[in-house]
Amino acid sequence: MDTEMDQIYQIDVGNLLAFNPNHRFSSAPSSREELVKECVTEGTKLVQAIADTLFNFPSTESVDGPLVQLPPPTTKLPREKHLPRPKPPTKWEEFALKKGIQKRKKDKIVYDETTDKFKRRHGYDRVNDDNDIPIIEAKASDEPGEDPFAKRLDDKKKRVDKQQQNRLQNLKSAAKAGALPSHVQLAASALPITGTKAQPKKLGKEELGDVAGLAATSTASGGKFDKKLPGEKPPKKQGKHHKYLPVVPRYGWVDEEKEQTNKVLGKLLSKHSHEILNVGKAINMYNDKKEKKKSGRSDKLKPKKDITKKKPYANKAK
Amino acid sequence: MMEIRTPKTHKAKRVLEKRAPKLVENGKKTLILHGTKTSATLSSVLMELYRLKKGGAIKYSRRNENIRPFESGGETSLEFFSQKTDCSIFAYGSHTKKRPDNLVLGRMYDHHVYDLIEVGIENFKSLLSFSYDKKIAPHEGSKPFICFTGEGFENVPELKQLKEVLTDLFRGEVVDNLNLTGLDRAYICSAVSPTKVFLTHCAIKLKKSGTIVPRIELVEVGPSMDLVIRRNRLPNEGLRKEAMKSSKDKPKKKVKNVDQDDVLGKRGRIFIPEQEVGKTPLPDKSKGVKRERREGKLKKKNKEEGSASKKHKESE
Repeated sequence: MDTEMDQIYQIDVGNLLAFNPNHRFSSAPSSREELVKECVTEGTKLVQAIADTLFNFPSTESVDGPLVQLPPPTTKLPREKHLPRPKPPTKWEEFALKKGIQKRKKDKIVYDETTDKFKRRHGYDRVNDDNDIPIIEAKASDEPGEDPFAKRLDDKKKRVDKQQQNRLQNLKSAAKAGALPSHVQLAASALPITGTKAQPKKLGKEELGDVAGLAATSTASGGKFDKKLPGEKPPKKQGKHHKYLPVVPRYGWVDEEKEQTNKVLGKLLSKHSHEILNVGKAINMYNDKKEKKKSGRSDKLKPKKDITKKKPYANKAK
Repeated sequence: MMEIRTPKTHKAKRVLEKRAPKLVENGKKTLILHGTKTSATLSSVLMELYRLKKGGAIKYSRRNENIRPFESGGETSLEFFSQKTDCSIFAYGSHTKKRPDNLVLGRMYDHHVYDLIEVGIENFKSLLSFSYDKKIAPHEGSKPFICFTGEGFENVPELKQLKEVLTDLFRGEVVDNLNLTGLDRAYICSAVSPTKVFLTHCAIKLKKSGTIVPRIELVEVGPSMDLVIRRNRLPNEGLRKEAMKSSKDKPKKKVKNVDQDDVLGKRGRIFIPEQEVGKTPLPDKSKGVKRERREGKLKKKNKEEGSASKKHKESE
């Protein structure tokens, strides 16, 4: 251990940090306890040095004890997140800047001339409420069949939608500059079908279940042996769907079972055979077959054999 | 097609605002987790580190197989957890034959790995093995003193990085005002050799001295261990410069109801709530009424007696 030690420590009071760069630990390892003791004594000196400066600060008395104002820390440590980036101005802000429009603070209470009272600007019983207009005078430009009240509502809806679009565009440009406000997230909803701007309809949980049930029924065993995903519930109507006709027909109703069997019988016995055979189709089929037989080509498409090409190694096997 | 998503509850909004990048940041939170295999010493190290940093640390108890901090693809899980829990320091423990009792301390910038340092733990003494007077036990969440001794911390680049990482880890929140009675712990780190650092946690005993400054005495209470430097990864220069950037302007704190007038100077506004004289709840003086009644009676009696005596005197 050195007996002469430079007493200058690097102290950062803001972090309650002290660093003694000048102590040398003996390379010959003394016993562990000695080493520990030495470290603790050195540590005590450092803490004492910080406490010296700390307790000499002007302190204010509070309920819990003496409060001291700490200076800001001097050791520079890396930040955990980037510095907040400046937000790009919105389209309105750019326009306002260009035109020199100042922001004016709006009052919460406004004088209403129609009732000579002070009413609030937004909320219950407000000034210029759209629903309160009793009469809209007709102008020369109005069409006779148009409902002006509905038109007003429609216009408002269009304005609101346009504003929503503008807001989205502003947020997109902010997101591009990396300055999206912390409480907003832009999420991509469903992708559009190529070619049309229509959004594909989102299937809900029940609808998906219905579709899966339909697919199950189309199999021969009614979806009994289909591989199921974990968590998938069995279809609502299990097994094949059979429609059983009533045995005794209802009074005044057609006997459905009789009709069904008659239909089948009729087809079998060809009572109206000219209705069964599609003569035109039969002729075409016959003609096609005849032509194919003539040309010697079959229905199946086979690659054309090139006779001019010589087969290599044709005489090899000898 | 994009849609705007905003939080539907006030609490969610406050959480998002807390986690947003700010000029003056919150204290860094620590994420403590381990890999596929941990030894007894390592699991107790992680547990005690969690206890030391109770207010600002999150400990995961499951093992994570796909985290390999020093490999290029092995950091994605860490970055995901950092994003989810808003932690920017992590302590990852693992135990392999090649690297027994391995602890990787790392920091994040914008939820991407900023720097890493890997240390091996030797000669670990748990905080349960120290016996001391329970009255001086440090309280949870108190701001600690951090002391570094040894020229190694200045000369050896790995130890320099370790010093920075340990400061970041133990620092806690940056505070303006400090209560002097709440100083009760100190972390002592000594560079015993260019590759080994002895770390211990002590409680502070303040003893009376002649002056305002008390005499400090340190008593070892907490875990003590030897950290042996293994691998490390320094941040690349550009990233380091960006992370160390700080804005010079102080955030303008808007003081409400105060405005500066050129003619009148600084003016403030005071709002007095409506005085509802009829509705103010009167104090319940039922007991007092009794006492007052008694006293009143006494007084009356004395008065009567006095007047009686007076009358008597007058009549005389």
